[in-house]
Amino acid sequence: MRMPRLTAFLTATAVFVSALTFAAQAAEEVHVLNWKGYGADEPWAVANFEKATGFKVVNDFFNSEQEMLTKIRTNPGLYDVVMINAAFNDQAMAGKLIQPIDVSKLSNYADIAKDKAGSPMLNHDGKVYGVPWVWGLTALAINEKSFDKPPTSIAEMWDPAHKGRVIIRDDAVEAVQFGAIASGQNINDIKDMDAVKAKLTSLMPQIKTFWSSENDWNQMVASNQIDIGTYWSGSADRAKTHFKLPVSLVIPQEGAVAWLDAFSIPVGSKNVAGAEAFINYMIDPKFYVEWVTKVGAPVSANTKAVDALPEDAFNRKVMGSPDVAKRIQFQAPVTDEQREKYLALWQELKVNVK
Amino acid sequence: MADQLAIGSRRGLKPALPLLLPAYLWLTVAIFLPLSAMVFFSFMTDLPLAGKEWSFTLGNYAAFFSQSLYSTLLFASLRLGLEVTLWCVVIGYPAAYVLAKVLKGRSREAIFLLVILPFWSNGLVRIFSWAMVLREGGILDTALNAVLPFKINIDLMYSYPAVIIGLVHSYVPYMVLTCYLTLQAIDDSLIEAGRSLGASRRQVLWRVIIPLSMPGLIAGSALIFVPVVGSFMEPRILGGRTGTFYGTVIEDQFVAVFNWPLGAALSFILLAVVLIILALAAPVLRRAG
Repeated sequence: MRMPRLTAFLTATAVFVSALTFAAQAAEEVHVLNWKGYGADEPWAVANFEKATGFKVVNDFFNSEQEMLTKIRTNPGLYDVVMINAAFNDQAMAGKLIQPIDVSKLSNYADIAKDKAGSPMLNHDGKVYGVPWVWGLTALAINEKSFDKPPTSIAEMWDPAHKGRVIIRDDAVEAVQFGAIASGQNINDIKDMDAVKAKLTSLMPQIKTFWSSENDWNQMVASNQIDIGTYWSGSADRAKTHFKLPVSLVIPQEGAVAWLDAFSIPVGSKNVAGAEAFINYMIDPKFYVEWVTKVGAPVSANTKAVDALPEDAFNRKVMGSPDVAKRIQFQAPVTDEQREKYLALWQELKVNVK
Repeated sequence: MADQLAIGSRRGLKPALPLLLPAYLWLTVAIFLPLSAMVFFSFMTDLPLAGKEWSFTLGNYAAFFSQSLYSTLLFASLRLGLEVTLWCVVIGYPAAYVLAKVLKGRSREAIFLLVILPFWSNGLVRIFSWAMVLREGGILDTALNAVLPFKINIDLMYSYPAVIIGLVHSYVPYMVLTCYLTLQAIDDSLIEAGRSLGASRRQVLWRVIIPLSMPGLIAGSALIFVPVVGSFMEPRILGGRTGTFYGTVIEDQFVAVFNWPLGAALSFILLAVVLIILALAAPVLRRAG
């Protein structure tokens, strides 16, 4: 008895809002939940998709993976497509938030790189819970004005010459995994937390501020306030292509964190056919090439899409090179326990900086 | 609810009930209910979403005491609250005095408008405007370097002073308004009487004006201190790496890690500490007033 009442209590507002939305919702709408400015909400893409299929796209956004999970938990039935980092797919599936996808309905699925499509993070009990979309790196990016030639080592972040001109993301997991790479460890199996802590502690005085959105990063570069910082590969590409900023990505010799973003269909979706059509469109080479050219994007999981890029394109030449593949470490799911430990460490570091 | 109110009522309350009812109804729905829900959450192990198991616990409150992190932050936030309040008094009180006692007519209206103007803009917009002013190569830096014969480097952005500046700017109008009201109510003849009885200007200020305007100072200070202690937006945007405060950690619990129970517990500890401070300060302030 206590459960439903309490749930209702908590989600009162959310339910109320979604009830209103349902009333207005036409059957042919596809509700998409994704990061803002991350491909799925490009006006030209939405227009192309709507013209081709007749479905209407309604975009909604999140600012952190936790917020995304909260949104699908508290709005059951509202979303048809949700973009989930593969490392969080487990958690979403275990929470019965997403449903298996019938990949036979996706004509582009066969072209997805086998290692991505077969990722154990997206497949459970022989069923597909996530369709790989794009992958990229959390690496370093530099302000080209501050460097004659791009650095090669992660140690550049600790160089006293950049004191007060370094930026990293305000995210416990990302910070700890970055520290793991800097101390030469496996990001998914950190044995020596003290080394990570020592590395990050010595980085703190270098830092100007923490960034939380692409916009923060880009503004800091536009006003020439930073030299170097952690950044996402797709975002660095967008900063350069779309915003014409002097930003370039550096994949340090010590390595970088790689992530895989995938599309899933939430449990209770009212328009599964629309969701399938949308996901198929998102992994289509035509969409991808346009996205890269017009805006800048991470690397598509669809091999045909990457092959459709010009040969010297960064996403094909650098990201696809075997040399880079050797250096990067793909992010595995992080347990709640680990997450809390990382957060405690990160908060401690931030407090001690005072 | 209505019955309860009526029981303890003096004669004047009953006819006033229809007038009070909307306000109390609103308070019940908009403040009492969500606050009770938060009290409830603060004693839970997990949120009962998606069929997760949960039970009652004191662990969230224990977390505050088991880690020095939270008390350090709470201290930093209380210090921030005191400093901001102090600056608001220093800046706001003289301004209120000038408005109430020196300026008259049109000029008073004009200055008053300037004081209230910030209220008309969105808080976030104000904070981002400060970001443009304070940063290196920003408006302040450029302007000063254009005027001064020597080169100075002003980069206040992402520092503790930046947080103070942003918060003082946001909250100083409260101090001006509350002090203005009490200062304006002081009868000029009291000041004249003090002067004619041989008190110096300074004595009049300390013995007549400040004591009589104390209620305004106290009300303004409470209005500023309480929200500043829990502030998170200004420290986050203006504070950079030094911008971690108690309020930002609470925000993280709700937004970033989805640990509502801990966030709620931390909020109530803050509420308790603030109430204790106000309660301790009350007798002292009452005597002073």
